Amino acid sequence: MTSKQDFSPATLLAVYTLALRIHLVDERFRGLLRSGRLAAVYYSPRGQEILAAAMGVHLNARDYLVTTYRGIHDQLAKGIPLRSLFAEYYGKATGACKGKGGAMHITHPASGVMVTTGVVGSGLPIANGLAWASQLKGEDRVTLCCFGDGASNIGAFHEALNLAALWKLPVIFLCQNNGYGECTPYGKATASARISDRAAAYGPNMRGVTVDGNDPEAMWTASAAAVARARSGEGPTLLEAKTFRFMGHYFGDPGAYIPKAEYDAALAKDPMPATRAAVLASGVSEAELEDLKKQIEADIDDALQFALDSPVPDLDEINRDIYADPTGAPA
Amino acid sequence: MNAPTAATTATKTISFTEAYSRALHDAMEMDPRVIMLGEDIADEEGGGVFKVTKGLSTKFGSRVRTTPISEQAIVGAAVGAALAGLRPVAEIMLMNFITVPMDQIVNHAAKLRFMSGGQTHVPITIRTRTGAGAGTAGQHSDMLEAWFAHVAGMKVVIPSSPADAYGLLLGCIFDEDPCLFIEDAMTRTQTGPEPEKGRIIPLGQANVAREGTDVTVIGYGRPLRDTLVIAEKLAAEGISVEVLDLRTVSPLDTDSILKSVAKTQRAVVVHEAPRSFGAGAEVAARIQEHLYSELKAPVLRVASRDVTVPFAKVLEQEYLYKPSAIEASIRQTLNGKGRR
Repeated sequence: MTSKQDFSPATLLAVYTLALRIHLVDERFRGLLRSGRLAAVYYSPRGQEILAAAMGVHLNARDYLVTTYRGIHDQLAKGIPLRSLFAEYYGKATGACKGKGGAMHITHPASGVMVTTGVVGSGLPIANGLAWASQLKGEDRVTLCCFGDGASNIGAFHEALNLAALWKLPVIFLCQNNGYGECTPYGKATASARISDRAAAYGPNMRGVTVDGNDPEAMWTASAAAVARARSGEGPTLLEAKTFRFMGHYFGDPGAYIPKAEYDAALAKDPMPATRAAVLASGVSEAELEDLKKQIEADIDDALQFALDSPVPDLDEINRDIYADPTGAPA
Repeated sequence: MNAPTAATTATKTISFTEAYSRALHDAMEMDPRVIMLGEDIADEEGGGVFKVTKGLSTKFGSRVRTTPISEQAIVGAAVGAALAGLRPVAEIMLMNFITVPMDQIVNHAAKLRFMSGGQTHVPITIRTRTGAGAGTAGQHSDMLEAWFAHVAGMKVVIPSSPADAYGLLLGCIFDEDPCLFIEDAMTRTQTGPEPEKGRIIPLGQANVAREGTDVTVIGYGRPLRDTLVIAEKLAAEGISVEVLDLRTVSPLDTDSILKSVAKTQRAVVVHEAPRSFGAGAEVAARIQEHLYSELKAPVLRVASRDVTVPFAKVLEQEYLYKPSAIEASIRQTLNGKGRR
């Protein structure tokens, strides 16, 4: 495992590379939506790239991911192929879910993306089940469950954390605290100062940590500890990564509810340029980063073209995947 | 397996509770992927409040786990474990408590196969218990099967005999889709012929519980048992009642319904759940869609009242469907003979 490594320049570059991929995919989707070349509901992860990448480098395709509608950064960090992702956003037959799930319900088991839910907070109990299965089978898979600060206020959050602690499940609850649940600020929705403080309520099996999710080294180190803990059977972690959401709740959200001073302060700490500067300072050249960007852009071009060229689903798809046996479909 | 002889099969009887229990035991023995979770279900906690899971944790260890009183956590964990290739059986102690994990059932268990384009599926079984008549009133007695039958992807099963209970519960556990298995609280000690060990009854197939030619009574669960008694009584008067046990409320076996009603040209639909928007309405609608011109009488429904289940014995009985109404409806349908 990577957990015993130092945060070397190579690790920093690995995190940045993954974050850049997330950043460029998000940028492309927003461009497509703005220009009317894509019609989809879209929840931009802009600002949350680093935390996903810093966790992602610790995981492999056998590990499970449960995430939410704002989960494209998590899915990319988990290694979902771009073609599957783009084609699903376009509702094409070649999409990850044959165009039947769409942006808010991405599934791709081959890369460990097991559930993307559009219902806030409902992923946590499911993540427990995946982790429980690993525990029963004696596998060292980790289940990563991503959600926002808003999700920490639904009942399922409490039920899931209690059960995970009781059963010492190999699960990481990664709360991506971006300061807003939809359009309501943290302080108006959450009574506790930190989400991670709630871990104490679930006893010694639940570890609670708050980390600056925009700091690649801090996030990488905290992720390493949580992953190592889960893999070795020591139990769950509630990892709260503090971050910010630059594009509001949904694509097109004017974000009038965000005070300008707060927004400007967050933007000044935008993790993408800061991490890029750190990568340059570690000895990687501008030219190398440009090459990296070009390579990712080429992958995105390919995925987009693949999606555009792909056929829409056959109308008979509406009769498939309701039940295992298609003859069991309702009349 | 040592198959019992025909003679012993016919003479031995078991109760519904024994049938549920035996099915769970045999499923765990047949397949190591079968796991179980629910409130109080392990032996240290008494083997379940209804004793259905008694003995299982002692024999199967960590595959059987008592949970906190956390219905969302229970069903969610079952969904996740199923996604990882196991076959979880979750117990929701009483059906009214299923309102708590509705999100997990309706938004996730039922839909993940479709939403993932068939990449994942959720072969869970949720066992639950309900039924009016024991004075448990408004929050412990509801028959809510129609809610789940209304969601694409769910399978909903209600047995009407111990042998069916055994075979259908195995059917749910080894089915590839999410199943809701509803146990009737009021029939739990009633008995019937013992099932053949390991015999799985496939879901989605109705059963002709009694053959007849004059009228078809279609239903499931407890009212079916009443109907069989009534059918015997009417047979003495020369009225031949066919009794069709749906076994699976969803998916509905339309072919068997139409086949029977095409023969008898009259139908009565019975269930314990309230009448309005119930499964009976769906059955009646399908009959008239396909057989309108062949029907000799309107399709009638017998069900419970559209009110909250009351506590006082007299009111509770007033709420419940009445066996006398099943008989009256059969007769009313027959009086319409020849009239269109």
